[in-house]
Amino acid sequence: MTTAINIKPASADVANLPVLEIGNLAVGYRGNEGFQRVVHDVSLLVRPGEVVALVGESGSGKTTTAQAVIGLLAENGRLEAGTVRLNGTDIVGWSQKQLDAIRGSKISLIPQDPTTSLNPVKTIGAQVAEVLQIHRKGSRAEIDARVIELLTRVGLSQPELRARQYPHELSGGMRQRVLIAIAIALRPALIIADEPTSALDVTVQKRILDLIDELRREYGTAVLLVTHDLGVAADRANHIVVLKGGRIQEQGATAEVLAKPRSDYTRKLLADAPSLGKTRSVPRSVSPRIDRRGDAIVVENLVQDFAIGGRRDAFRAVDGVSFTVQRGATHAIVGESGSGKTTTARSIVGFQKPTAGRILVDGIDVTTLRRESLRWFRKTIQLVYQNPFASLDPRQTIFQIVEEPLLNFDPLPREDRARKVQAILDRVGLPSSVLARKPHALSGGQRQRVAIARALVLDPQVLVLDEAVSALDVTVQAQILALLDELQQALGLTYLFISHDLAVVRQISDTVSVLHNGRQVDGGPVEDVFQRPGSAYTRELISAIPGQHNVNLN
Amino acid sequence: MTSLNTIGRSLLRDDADIPASTFRASGHAPSDARWLKTLRGVQPGLVLSWSIMAVVVLWALFPQWFTSYSATVGVARQQLRAPSAEHWLGTDVLGRDLLARIIYGAGNSLSGALVAVGVGLVVGTTLGIIAGSARGRIDSAIMRGVDVLLSIPQLLLSLSIVILLGFGIVNAAIAVGITSIASFARLARSEVVRVRASDYVEAAFGSGGTFSRVLLRHILPNSLTSVIAFAALQLGWAILTISTLGFLGYGAPPPTPEWGLLIAEGRNYLARAWWLTMVPGIVVIVVVLSANRISQSFGKAKA
Repeated sequence: MTTAINIKPASADVANLPVLEIGNLAVGYRGNEGFQRVVHDVSLLVRPGEVVALVGESGSGKTTTAQAVIGLLAENGRLEAGTVRLNGTDIVGWSQKQLDAIRGSKISLIPQDPTTSLNPVKTIGAQVAEVLQIHRKGSRAEIDARVIELLTRVGLSQPELRARQYPHELSGGMRQRVLIAIAIALRPALIIADEPTSALDVTVQKRILDLIDELRREYGTAVLLVTHDLGVAADRANHIVVLKGGRIQEQGATAEVLAKPRSDYTRKLLADAPSLGKTRSVPRSVSPRIDRRGDAIVVENLVQDFAIGGRRDAFRAVDGVSFTVQRGATHAIVGESGSGKTTTARSIVGFQKPTAGRILVDGIDVTTLRRESLRWFRKTIQLVYQNPFASLDPRQTIFQIVEEPLLNFDPLPREDRARKVQAILDRVGLPSSVLARKPHALSGGQRQRVAIARALVLDPQVLVLDEAVSALDVTVQAQILALLDELQQALGLTYLFISHDLAVVRQISDTVSVLHNGRQVDGGPVEDVFQRPGSAYTRELISAIPGQHNVNLN
Repeated sequence: MTSLNTIGRSLLRDDADIPASTFRASGHAPSDARWLKTLRGVQPGLVLSWSIMAVVVLWALFPQWFTSYSATVGVARQQLRAPSAEHWLGTDVLGRDLLARIIYGAGNSLSGALVAVGVGLVVGTTLGIIAGSARGRIDSAIMRGVDVLLSIPQLLLSLSIVILLGFGIVNAAIAVGITSIASFARLARSEVVRVRASDYVEAAFGSGGTFSRVLLRHILPNSLTSVIAFAALQLGWAILTISTLGFLGYGAPPPTPEWGLLIAEGRNYLARAWWLTMVPGIVVIVVVLSANRISQSFGKAKA
């Protein structure tokens, strides 16, 4: 992994014949507005045993390129020009039947979402066996034995049991291992991994990427890794191809691209990626508006139980979490899925009653609030959601969305409301031309700005940001983080920042609580926790942040 | 305030990724180019369906524009005439012009279908919305009632209701409407539950919205779209079911021109005057298919 394979001209070495050679590929989609080309003139090489990362933001054409290679373009997609040579044979224009013969045996795919990529009504064993049966590899007993061997190989415990289980009985990481087992079953020459870990927690992501790496070395398989995460690419790839708007911005050996990026876009990506860029080594500069005297949020021994399916025993989602947040400061709650971080946030905002414990926000005990008093409490604290595509009503205009909170309290005259909406949109950096638009006409970053404007229009003290930048591309994420920083300085806001991304947390927060299975395993000022992690889990989380290998090398 | 505004402006960089289509839509394209685009998007089947429905609605509203014959009074000596220049679709056993009876029948069939869909839409959707927003015991009570309604075959249920209410076109329509309450209630409830679980509804509560305000502003508008599309689909179904009731003799009483009844009356003369059953049958089929095609286009537009 540490030694990058040198890129030589293709003719120089016959043994080094590329597994995959894409030449001047152009792909387009037929849509409502006619034919639109989304991949322009893309050329790249993947040599045996090499990992090539295709890096880009959403809409950069990276997945389309990968799909074109394996002949899985959507129905309205068309490969317009170019060559796709697999071991020297051009497979462009092959029929589905011809492609079926090489899919699985020569090229295979590790899909992005392990929850939807397995058939819910078939057992794991049957699904792994399927690829072997399709390509007629051995008798039934041989296939069964091979399935167990594969499941063992991808690191699943109790493989005989797993083979009899159904997908819903396995965790996300385990399902991804099953998909990897299917992908490597026939030892293909090339594996296309389309965002293989984007849906997984960081610690699971690290283990899955380690596994792919290990199998690649063992079998000599080449990997085309499609990812939006420059950190992952930096850690794992020998060669990086940066795509933007369907065009290659830059390609080269990983160390070179990271150390001496030639294109402006790559430089911007590197600067915006929280795990690679300007990691703050000194504690955050304290903004002048911080009022060190008061605590904005006090949480004491918060416990939250959920009843399971009407039975009397309950599931404890949050177990004894305590922390305080000073006014004007940013506190982060970090944890993986199921750690109870979102549950904690929802209790603080007042969407659910805690089973035990006390929550004070701006001096108000949230747990005692009922109906009308709870409604008035909303003026103090506001929540910004993860997904700006789901948190805005698709039928409302941006003006209506931002105006609505104002209508819920002391109705102002119409002109005052319009002025206030306009001012808040200005403040979050949106032009007034968006006022009459509906959410679908805005980009993800703009929608998140609208969501922030809606949260700020009531002049709250505290903003709870529930993974508020996790669904955004890195460059947009950097802009939203900068906006949040500016707003905090200007308005003296207190932030409660819920995130799974430690790199982002380190960049923006003052204090942090680390949650694991509902318990608080670590906490304190952010640099203390990063420099001297107080628990094994925190150490594991920190070491799982992608992008550290190459950064340390430089 | 000015210093704050500059903060916003300095962060305008990601405006570059506004989807290009929004500019195109708001730009002033040459009008003839837009016409061409509209023309290219026209689907012949849909245009045909709308024209058929338009004609049938005109029949229902102004039957006298389309025929000079009476729908109820026959002409002596002109019984069971085959289609001719004088009587385009022939005459029935009492010498009544079949085309006139079909045209006058449109009013009965369409108004019946509208009443039926109206009953189902109003009652069913209200029940569904109450169930979906109240949850808990009220939800269970309403939805178990709906389950009972669904467990009875629809035709049997509407026959029983007609017998309870008494014969007649309006009662038949109400009966058909009652049988469709269950489907409307189920759809409305599932939509309300879906919308209620969405982030934007929670955000609306989170910004201090009261229950009734969130219901009116977010839950209803977002859940009713598919209910409306379903109502359009039910229209065709209602025309068919009302004709069935008419055919079985539970709908309009005999001299009234009603499509189901026309088919039933012609049945006895199938060997001598096939047009008496065939033509009204074809009319019913064509109208029902058109209504379905139109409702399908509503469903697509929503998606």
